[in-house]
Amino acid sequence: MTSDTSRLGFYLLLAPILLWLVVLIILPHIGLFVVSISEKIGPREYETGFGNYAAFFTEPLYWRTFARTAIMSIVATALTLILGFPIAYYIAKLTRGRTKTTLFLMCMIPFWVSELVRTFGWMILLRETGVISNALQYLGVVDGPVEMLYNDAAIMVGLVYTSILFMVVPLVTTLDSLDDSLIEAGYDLGGSSTSIMREIVIPHAMPGIVSGCIVVFMLSLGNYLTPILLGGKDSLWFTGMIYTQFITRFNWELGSAFGFLLLALSSLVVFVGLKLSRQSLTETMGRT
Amino acid sequence: MIPTVPQPAFTKWCYRAYVTAFFIYLALPLTVVCVFAFNNSVFPSLPWEGFTLAWFFGTEAPFIGVFHERAIIRSIGTSAFVAMWVSGLAVAVGTCNAFLFVRHDFRGKGLLYVLMLLPLIIPGVILGISILVFSSSVANTLEDATGMWFDGLRPGLILVILGQFSFITTFATLVISARLQKFDPSLEEAALNLGASKWGAIRQITLPFLLPAIVASAVVSVLMSFENFNTTLMLVGSDSPLTITMFDKLKQGSTPVLNAVSLLLIMVSAVLGMMSLLFQSRKR
Repeated sequence: MTSDTSRLGFYLLLAPILLWLVVLIILPHIGLFVVSISEKIGPREYETGFGNYAAFFTEPLYWRTFARTAIMSIVATALTLILGFPIAYYIAKLTRGRTKTTLFLMCMIPFWVSELVRTFGWMILLRETGVISNALQYLGVVDGPVEMLYNDAAIMVGLVYTSILFMVVPLVTTLDSLDDSLIEAGYDLGGSSTSIMREIVIPHAMPGIVSGCIVVFMLSLGNYLTPILLGGKDSLWFTGMIYTQFITRFNWELGSAFGFLLLALSSLVVFVGLKLSRQSLTETMGRT
Repeated sequence: MIPTVPQPAFTKWCYRAYVTAFFIYLALPLTVVCVFAFNNSVFPSLPWEGFTLAWFFGTEAPFIGVFHERAIIRSIGTSAFVAMWVSGLAVAVGTCNAFLFVRHDFRGKGLLYVLMLLPLIIPGVILGISILVFSSSVANTLEDATGMWFDGLRPGLILVILGQFSFITTFATLVISARLQKFDPSLEEAALNLGASKWGAIRQITLPFLLPAIVASAVVSVLMSFENFNTTLMLVGSDSPLTITMFDKLKQGSTPVLNAVSLLLIMVSAVLGMMSLLFQSRKR
């Protein structure tokens, strides 16, 4: 069947994917890098150099925001894992049949809704005239209105809320494939709940944990809405800085350098995560 | 901790309480958004001033409902336009990719597959700025060379469509490939033996088999396109899609008309989400 028509068919199938990847992914990123290493020396005059990257390292505001974004994203990932694991375990191991499907669906429904709507919900809950502040006053816990918006804790609540699904789904999938009899065997052999968790359940769930953590970290790092809306004007998130350089300051050269640094950090985390767990991108992402 | 191994009642109750608290945490923001859409007050916050439908149907300022707020209606139209294009393109290219990866073996297939997955791990903001930078430099070069204007390459709907397409296609490819992998090639061979042409066999046997996955990925693409914010933000021109309009209004301080839009969005997403799940479960 290796006639001319089937070769033609092959090239016809190859054309769209190449067009997509080359024009929309590869060339734009090369272009981004080229712009990031060009310095403006006059109107419409540019010079190649690493000045934009040097500006990043010499200006404390820039690299501190970068570090802050990375650290907050790591904390958000850890929190998501700690909060999401018991839920995933409950859904995978302690429920059966219909209850299981219902709980799983209930987990997913909030995430079909736009991130903007979810963040708006948190704003209504947390603001000074918001629901929680009023509830606390009604209960007599506090005397006056409390502002819970515009601080790091609010950002954290929003980040965890936004990304928890991407932790729970891979965890449920991997925990589902763990045979109950293995856990029973652990108990029969005299293991305690903690040692069974540590030696049977968590090693088995490791692929799910890794892919969940990678996705959650990337989503937090690249998030724009949650830090800006819940963190207020001084939230200092790196994506916000990229936006400022591009749209407000119109300094595309510096903005591109920032973009590249963010891309490098997120790729590095993905790479290290996959190496540590000895998985490949194909199996981790193909599963979700 | 599994059902067959007895646990102290106290532990069990604590666990259940935690799970309940978690689901309340999940439901709370969406619930308040929906409830405050019916509050008869110009702020989406307490105190509760009574029930009203003005934020849906109202015509008099300040109570202008969603259906009479021109900016929002127009941006819904823009979003729908973008979503149709993105979904159509993503499904078409995704189907081609599925056939390429499942049916063909060629040098560099593994590399191409990894490249195909890359858009998943590139943050949306970066995808947006890279396409913005690239298209602007192409436009500058072309304009310098020809002296004509290339508005399609400046921020605007075309770039928004391309930007969203660039990562939604990966999802479409994964969903459709998974379905195509389960297809039994002997069915197609039978059709060929019975005298069908190659293309006829694909059209009458393989594509109907793929249909559930194609519809599911089209629905998911529409949903993702409607809700996309990060990539769109960087590429948007003068016509803004719904999420951008809502974001601008939210920054200025909001009236419950935003709650009303959100309620409609929640309902539409829930219906679309259920549809995609139904189609995906039918294929098993």
